[in-house]
Amino acid sequence: MHIFLHNIRALVTKEFLAVLRDPKSRIVLIVPPIVQLLVFGYAITFDLNRVPLAVYDENPSQASRELIALFTGSPNFHKVASIDRQEQIAELIDRKDALMVVHIGSSFTRDLLLSKPASVQIILDGRNSNTALIALNYAQSIVSRFNDAWRQTHQLAGPPARLETRAWFNPNLESRWFMIPGIAGLLTLVVTMTVTALSVAREREQGTFDQLLMTPLRPVEILLGKTLPGFIIGLIEGTFIFAVTVLWFKIPLRGHLLTLYTGLSLFLLSSVGVGLMISSLSATMQQGLLGAFLFLVPAITLSGFTTPIVNMPVWLQYLTLLNPMRYFMVVIRSTFLEGAAFGSLVHQFWPMGVIGLVCMSAAGWLFRNRLY
Amino acid sequence: MSEPGNQPIGRGGSVMRLRGLIRKEFLQIVRDPSSMAIAFLMPAILLFLFGYGVSLDAKHIPIALIVDDKSEIAENFASELGGSDYFRPQRFLNMAQAQQQMMQGKVQAIVRLREDFSRQIAEGSQAAVQVIVNGIDANYGRLVLGYIQGAWAKWLEHTAQMHGQAIAGPVNIEHRIWFNAEVQSRNYLVPGLIALIMTLIGALLTAMVMAREWERGTLEALLVTPARVGEVLVSKLAAYYLLGVGGMLLSVGMAVFLFGVPLRGSFAVLFAASSLFLLAALGMGLLISTVTRNQFVAGQTAIIVTYLPAFLLSGFIFDIASMPWLVRGITHVVAARYFVAILQTVFLAGDIWSVILPNAAALAAMAAILLFLVRVKSSKRLE
Repeated sequence: MHIFLHNIRALVTKEFLAVLRDPKSRIVLIVPPIVQLLVFGYAITFDLNRVPLAVYDENPSQASRELIALFTGSPNFHKVASIDRQEQIAELIDRKDALMVVHIGSSFTRDLLLSKPASVQIILDGRNSNTALIALNYAQSIVSRFNDAWRQTHQLAGPPARLETRAWFNPNLESRWFMIPGIAGLLTLVVTMTVTALSVAREREQGTFDQLLMTPLRPVEILLGKTLPGFIIGLIEGTFIFAVTVLWFKIPLRGHLLTLYTGLSLFLLSSVGVGLMISSLSATMQQGLLGAFLFLVPAITLSGFTTPIVNMPVWLQYLTLLNPMRYFMVVIRSTFLEGAAFGSLVHQFWPMGVIGLVCMSAAGWLFRNRLY
Repeated sequence: MSEPGNQPIGRGGSVMRLRGLIRKEFLQIVRDPSSMAIAFLMPAILLFLFGYGVSLDAKHIPIALIVDDKSEIAENFASELGGSDYFRPQRFLNMAQAQQQMMQGKVQAIVRLREDFSRQIAEGSQAAVQVIVNGIDANYGRLVLGYIQGAWAKWLEHTAQMHGQAIAGPVNIEHRIWFNAEVQSRNYLVPGLIALIMTLIGALLTAMVMAREWERGTLEALLVTPARVGEVLVSKLAAYYLLGVGGMLLSVGMAVFLFGVPLRGSFAVLFAASSLFLLAALGMGLLISTVTRNQFVAGQTAIIVTYLPAFLLSGFIFDIASMPWLVRGITHVVAARYFVAILQTVFLAGDIWSVILPNAAALAAMAAILLFLVRVKSSKRLE
């Protein structure tokens, strides 16, 4: 047992030296994830601010001005132009100067005062249709606010029913609450994968792996020696990122740390496993890194990080079951926002464990039975 | 190209060397399965995922429906939800069951009509429809809420018509979404993806391949031969440029013919803009490799400064105008930002020069600066 621990310690030290000896390598492991969390944390949100808005009011009146004031007063919109000709709509939208044009027709006030339905035309740039839909959503809530106010001042009966809406876990439906825990998972994965994907490949390329296999070290010991550094780096990286998420971005951590760290450990186990498997398949460092990338890109896309898995076709949803990041996204988001109990996440935990163990066994087998 | 023999001797030698060098680059690319995978397999995987798989448009959203009121009017509302393509409602008898389903993520929203729903409507006091959405994925939650509001507005309209009244609101919105009337997210995701694919080939692959040559000293070995630094760089540029163009043609072909994304602008503009972007990406890749000279650092740096920004800071998915000013400032040095603007415009809107020209100028400037830096850094390194 003593020798076992001694061997592992020597191997882990050697691995750390291989990664951290070069000052540039140390820097790329530490600085970028923090900078990225900060930059992406602010950048990645589906909520819109200051949507460039142009107003085309054909017949200015008290009522139309009130409606326009609701738009310009909203932090979601930012008025860039007032126009007075139909053709200007196309000019502004084509050039991307305005994302949305509010067009109030000449009969607006008359219809409104006669209690006939008055209409407002909203024209949107659909080049990014998701952004267009969100902006339309904001416009709809502004118009319904106007309607409520108008009914009150003119003593009109409201619609026979109204919606009483509430959002669980994220009352203001802030996109950031969803995205930042996701970025934490993404960055942890990227760092762990690149570190482990190179570990075996580096030695293969330099020819030292065969020497390692000839030492009295057992394959299990080599495997552990290769696993631990990536695992430890990921654990430290993850802890740091969680701290920034909670302390800087003030995302509520409602669940238990034990749940979060169980998820993180299993996620690291699975990503180190995948990384090592890729590394054992590679003959050169370049193949290792590109292989890691070949895994990372679909894994990120199919994790539910930016686009919900339920929107995908069914066959693809089944494919996502092989993706460790998919489970971690659920764990991290429900631990942060829902305060999910440990027991409710068991079905996310075990697949990551299985993926990790299978990949690691494969990697261990590939140590001796190489393809090249 | 003219025969080398017809050229003055110095030039002819140079052309021949260049041809030999480009040939060497090509062989190097073709013989390594990992670079072929990044150049062709990866674009195809990404295009399939974004073309068929990933979508921001929801359909058949599972929702829980609780109708405590056994009246006709309540049933009308329930069937309005059921008749919509957006929902797949499941009936539950009580709130506890529905809440449990939502906790497990099996339904995305709960819609409940209380016992007094029809009575309140008859009395003329506004009846409340209780709606709870799962807010964990805020964007999705908002989308679901929007669809429920849409179904509710339609129901109001139908009931008003049945009773011969005017429709609900004093003011109604008539909306038109230009360039993408069907509101398919695929139509902007697939064109934007071209920027991502070309970043992979131009920056990531090039950075890694060159860093490897620095690390192993094969670049120095090459320079012992009569080939000059400029020639070595040009041969790398040429080989990876052609590879990038291949990736672009593959992407545009799949976008237009397989996924039916409209290409409303001209192919010539698309090609020219892609070439400019590719030069900028290649400049970035070569610069990273020259500065780092280490595969691990080059790979990490390329992912961090080219791939992730092209994915997240380019306007490909997330709206740049909504980012805080500091982040918006950073996006100005992300070449993909200019290319994505051109791509989305050329595909969906057409050749709108007021969008294309400024963005193309920015790409050209970035390419020129980056390639100049590469030239300076490479010769310094070798002295």
